[in-house]
Amino acid sequence: MDALLKVRVWRGARDGAFSLYDVPRQESQTVLDVVTHIQRHLEPTLSYRYACRVGMCGSCAMTVNGRPRWTCRTHVAKVADGDTLEIAPLANLPVIKDLATDMSEFFDKWARARGQFQGSATRHEPFATVSPESAERQAANAGIECIGCGVCYASCDVVEWRPEFLGPAALNRAWTLANDVRDVAQRERLRAVAGDVGCHACHTQGSCTERCPKQLQPTVSIAGLKRLAGRAAIRGKL
Amino acid sequence: MVLAVCVVVHLATIIYAVQGGLTAGEILGRTRGNLIFAGFYSVFVLACAVHVPVGVENIAREWFRFGPRAARALAWAVASVILVMGLRAVYGVTA
Repeated sequence: MDALLKVRVWRGARDGAFSLYDVPRQESQTVLDVVTHIQRHLEPTLSYRYACRVGMCGSCAMTVNGRPRWTCRTHVAKVADGDTLEIAPLANLPVIKDLATDMSEFFDKWARARGQFQGSATRHEPFATVSPESAERQAANAGIECIGCGVCYASCDVVEWRPEFLGPAALNRAWTLANDVRDVAQRERLRAVAGDVGCHACHTQGSCTERCPKQLQPTVSIAGLKRLAGRAAIRGKL
Repeated sequence: MVLAVCVVVHLATIIYAVQGGLTAGEILGRTRGNLIFAGFYSVFVLACAVHVPVGVENIAREWFRFGPRAARALAWAVASVILVMGLRAVYGVTA
């Protein structure tokens, strides 16, 4: 194909501008292909992230034509506006340079939501038996495939409006652990997520669930946390 | 939850009561000296005084970018206004 894509790419940090590049169009081209072409042939100083390039790691998440996506899994043909593309860094995160963002806050919130498993068994005890059919295990399984790509976080208006909000990914992880019967830090975790910056700040906007590239449902997880927190508060266990 | 129940009861009562027309005098005839009415609507006012300020505080923080202290102060102000005006109104029609 001889057609050219007109690609606007964010250059700079928080202050910056879009630069325009002409990229030859190809069949089955992905947005990551486009960015890589620009960096290799047109603009060697362009900064961006990717790793697996096959939709497993989540490193390549960027804002494409206004929506956060995995660029390696986004066909240009599907999202190009005629022959134009606009590529910007992920929203709601500080921009280090060009298309690379600082994800420290995203992961710090994960930790603040107590998104880590805490068990009490030792190697000397027999394995825990957890039935995969149990309601709790199914609820946990529905959310554990999260790879921390940040697309949900970048989609959430509440994260934008209330910067301390823990965010969909951290709360989704907390929900999966709240449903892990082996975990012994349930009370502390519920306290961590049941506050003004936790599950109660979610407005059920649903962009996180709409855009999760792994079809997870943080909205559902957060609703579950609201129920848990509400019940615990009534019983005075919070 | 309390507020939801109050709203439903309030609406049902109004819809029932206005059948065939309703004058202010008739309303006051029912509410004056009515302790059940006073009790129910006081609970309604209290529920509003809790519900509205929480929402106002969130809107102030998220939409108007109030700081945490300013938003909390606004919430308390709204709560006070609702309490005072609401309870005065209840007293006004039941005393």
